[in-house]
This record gives sequence, structure tokens and C-alpha cells, in this order.
Amino acid sequence: MMTDLLIRRPSALPLAMAVILGLVFAALAAKPAHAVLEIDITQGSLEPLPIALPAFGSATDAQVGAEMVQVISNNLQRSGLFRPVDPASFIQQGLSVDAGPNFAEWRVINAQALVVGAVERQGDGRLRVDFRLWDVFGAEQMIGQQYFTTPENWRRVAHIISDAIYQRLTGESGYFDSRVVFVDETGPKDNRVKRLAIMDQDGANLRYLTSGADLVLTPRFSPGRQEITYMSFEGGQPRVYLLNIETGQRRIVGNFPGMTFAPRFSPEGGHLVMSLLQNDGYSDIYRFDLGAQTTTRLTNSPSIDTSPSYSPDGSRIAFSSDRSGSGQIYVMGADGGNPQRISFGSGVYSTPVWSPRGDLIAFTKQQGGRFLIGVMNVDGSGERILTEGFHNEGPTWAPNGRVLMFFRDTPGASGGPQLWTIDLTGFNELRVGTPSFGSDPAWSPLLN
Amino acid sequence: MARAQFSVLPRLAVAVFAALFVAACASTTPDQLPVTQGAAPPGSAQDFTVNVGDRVFFETDSSNLTAEGQLTLDRQAAWLNQYPQYSIQLEGHADERGTREYNLALGARRSAATRDYLVSRGINPQRLSTISYGKERPVATCNDITCWSQNRRAVTVLLGGS
Repeated sequence: MMTDLLIRRPSALPLAMAVILGLVFAALAAKPAHAVLEIDITQGSLEPLPIALPAFGSATDAQVGAEMVQVISNNLQRSGLFRPVDPASFIQQGLSVDAGPNFAEWRVINAQALVVGAVERQGDGRLRVDFRLWDVFGAEQMIGQQYFTTPENWRRVAHIISDAIYQRLTGESGYFDSRVVFVDETGPKDNRVKRLAIMDQDGANLRYLTSGADLVLTPRFSPGRQEITYMSFEGGQPRVYLLNIETGQRRIVGNFPGMTFAPRFSPEGGHLVMSLLQNDGYSDIYRFDLGAQTTTRLTNSPSIDTSPSYSPDGSRIAFSSDRSGSGQIYVMGADGGNPQRISFGSGVYSTPVWSPRGDLIAFTKQQGGRFLIGVMNVDGSGERILTEGFHNEGPTWAPNGRVLMFFRDTPGASGGPQLWTIDLTGFNELRVGTPSFGSDPAWSPLLN
Repeated sequence: MARAQFSVLPRLAVAVFAALFVAACASTTPDQLPVTQGAAPPGSAQDFTVNVGDRVFFETDSSNLTAEGQLTLDRQAAWLNQYPQYSIQLEGHADERGTREYNLALGARRSAATRDYLVSRGINPQRLSTISYGKERPVATCNDITCWSQNRRAVTVLLGGS
């Protein structure tokens, strides 16, 4: 079987340019196998799977071959589910994608999985990337794929391969071929300059989207990924904006008399939900139809109602409200009906964010002068705190719902926020490298 | 700690009001603070900040005006009624011990409470506008309650003569 699958995405994305995936080894890969090798990720703490990642061979682009493997290795290692085997221990050298490996030499070093790849420049200037994932102890191929891409896109192919490996070995979709938009912060605490920035989930390809002239906050991706919504104080008028991240075009959302803030897209991308400041000083939640430019009021109470977040099926909205006297999390229908309080633990709750799987709501919780990140079931049961400290805020979900990113601030005049990730299990807390302070991260959907 | 002490003092002169919207000027360092009481001409912005007091403070997570805050706003109202040429922007602020979006809303509550009180004291609502900066514009940056309490504030900013 020879399938050529063009990875489709909105036209303006340069990334869309020619990542062409051909499943030339599909027949081999499709062999169902009695998956000897798999990672059970339902447990909390587990032993990471040893995986060998020799540099992809290349007659034309050896540097790219080595760097691709570095990206893949870094992705898999940071997931906490894999342990890349030290290349110095490799016995077999010069592997070819066209021949099976000498399994015995990989068993000796206890590599349970082996990735073999090759990168070759084609006559038309594109790169052809082949890779195979081998089950070393089962002596079986688990994946065989081929990609064609423009040379500058090699990182994306590395992320796509990382996702393929992750998915094959865990049974769940990956999250590596994704991006993060966040607020870059520079300057002293009482005079911060904030800029919107976007980067790959591993911190590469960082790019600034705004100049820093205006205070900007809380960027969030559209499900279509080429657009974000955020809040800006441009012209001294704090309002919600839309920004096309490829063209740089931006526009204000609606025409409201007062502050609009806390925007998020609906799952199908046609609406925003956000808070609108009322003349009495309270904030209520509204839905804005981006096509019809119409507004629907969803809450109406003398309280602070904010941070709305849709369920992935679009039927419900989680939000925070202090209508009971302190900040708590509520869930209502997407039309504003039947709001129900779901948080009843001690402390103050805010920033509810519905998981992409639909089964959990992540939140920030203030308790005893500390700021915690946690998750709860959508009915409020089963609350689990994942991390805590002086200040943790604003969780955002990886596209597969297994990892959360948030920001952690440190106290005092020299303190500042940085981005972190943590597993849904509460393990594997890792810093995400950014050039300066960073806050308000939002994780994109998968690009592929 | 010098910061915390000074941060209750006036920080703006009319000349820089336009620049208030620019991040770079949102906070003035203590050594730039103006002068003595006697030097502030009556009816000037300096007079307002030095002799009246341009800000009120709030309890944690509250937008209720304190008794002291009401006294300050009474003085502000009297002064503003005496000098009707100024329009006014009321800035609401929160301390850093809250989450971003909630604090934007909380700052808005504080500026609205301040506005409503000034209107109740006879200030024409047409002269008043509000803005919330949430926790984005702290004046005090130390890590204790003395700083946080300076940041939980509503500041009455004169926007210049009409």
C-alpha cells in the first residue's frame, strides 16, 4: 500500500508547506502484532522505557540527522516515559533503514526500543526522512514511515516522529508537534514590559508577536491554530483582541463600552467566551459570535464571573465566580443555563481549564498563602493537587491531556514568572526554557 | 523598605498624565517625588496629591472602602468640586496574591467603588472614567504584607484641565 497523505492545515501557515508524509512501509507497520512492547501510562510513577536513538544516517545532511535525533530524544526524555540509552554504549554502528538491526547487540545494552532513521536530500531540494521503530526483544518492527519536507522544516518532522513513537508505545496520541504562546516579561517588577511570544513546545523557534509597547495578557489559541485571542491595553482601553500569528493582522473584538478580558475560543472556533465589565463594577461572562458579531450574555450576577473555558464538546462552560463570597469553580450550559458550583474544598479557586479529553478541569487554588495547581473531575469530585508553592498559576493542557503547563512566580523585587510543565500524575515537574521571564502559557492543539 | 514608605506619596504631575498610559511611566521612583507641601500651588495636581491624597487602600480581596479611604475620598470630592476643570481617571489595582483575570476584575470593582463614592459626594459622573490594571502595575515590590497592602489601591488620576 502506498499512501501519500498531505498534512493539511490552514493555508497561511508556512509550516503547512510541504510536510508530506508517505506511509510507504504501511503494510509492515500495520501488522497488528501482539504488542510485546508497550508502556502502561495509567500508573502514577513508572520506570521509563529504555530507547536507543542512534543519529539518523545521512550522506547529504549528517548534521540534520544528528539534530533530529537530539530533538526526538529530548522530547521522549522530557515526557518522563522514556529513557534514552547512552549512545556511548551502542555496539552496532552504521545502521541502515533498509536492513533489520542486530537485535542481540541492542539487547545486551538493554535497549527495549530502537529507532533507526535516515535523512537524504532529494534532487528537488527536499529532505526525505525514513525511520523505523523496532521492538528489540520482540525482534519486530513497530513503525516504518517516510516523510518529505523542505529542509527548514526538519524540526517539525522530528516532532512528528516523536509523536509517532509516543503513540505507538503508549497507545495515546502525542503532544510534541505543538506550540506554546505565552507572555514574555522583561524589566523591573514595577515596570514590566510584556510581549506575546510563540515557540515550539520544546522552546525552539521562539518568535515575538507584539512589540512590548502595550501591556498584553492571557493569549489563547484558536482551534485553527493560526489565530490567537488575547487582552491588550492598547490606547489605554483594555480589550480583547484577535491576532493572526502568520500575517500579524489584529483586530479588536466587538465594540464594548467597558473592559473585556479573559477570552477563550469555543472548540469549533466560531465563538469567544470572555468577561465583560459591567457599569456597576461587576464582571459577567458573554459569548461573542465571531461571524455574526453578536453578543450573548451568559451570566448575570452581582459578582466577579470570569475565566470561562468550554468543554471540548462545546456543550458546557466552566468559569470562576465569587458569587458565594469567595472564588469558586462553576459549570453551566453553553447557553448560560443551570450554573452549578463544583468546587467545595477549602481555599479559593480560579482559572478553570477543561481538559482536551473532557474528563477533568485544571485550576489554580489559593490556600494558606500558597498557590496550587490541581485537577478535579467535571462534577467537582476527585480533586488532586499536582504542585504547590509560593505562586503557581494558569494551567494549560497539552493536546493529549497528559501534561499541564503553568507559570511559577517567585517573590520579591527580583522575582519573576517562569514556565513549567508537570504530568497529570503529579510527577515529572520540568522547567520550560524561555529567554526571559514568561507567564500565561497556552498550549496549541496538535499541528499534525 | 524605602519604596513602601514612599509609595503612598504622590507620584505624578499634570505634565506626565498623558504618559500614564505608557508602561514606562506608570511608576515613578521615590527620588523623583515632588517637593514640599508649601510648594504646591492650590488647584495643581501637586496640590491634589500632596495635600489631598490621590489614593485609597483596600483589604485583601475586598472592594469595600475603608473608613480612612472614605475620608480621603471626601477630601478628594471637596477638592474636585472646587477645581472642576479636571476630568479624572480612577485606576483600580490589586496585589500580586491573586490570579490574573480575577485581579483584573477585582481592580475594576475597586475603581467602580471609588467612582460611585465620588459621585455620591457630588462629582459629576461625566468627569469620571475607570480602568483596572489588576496586578500588572505594583508600586511596591517587596515580598510581604506591607508591600501588598500598598498595591491594593485605587488611584485618582487627574487627566488635565478641560
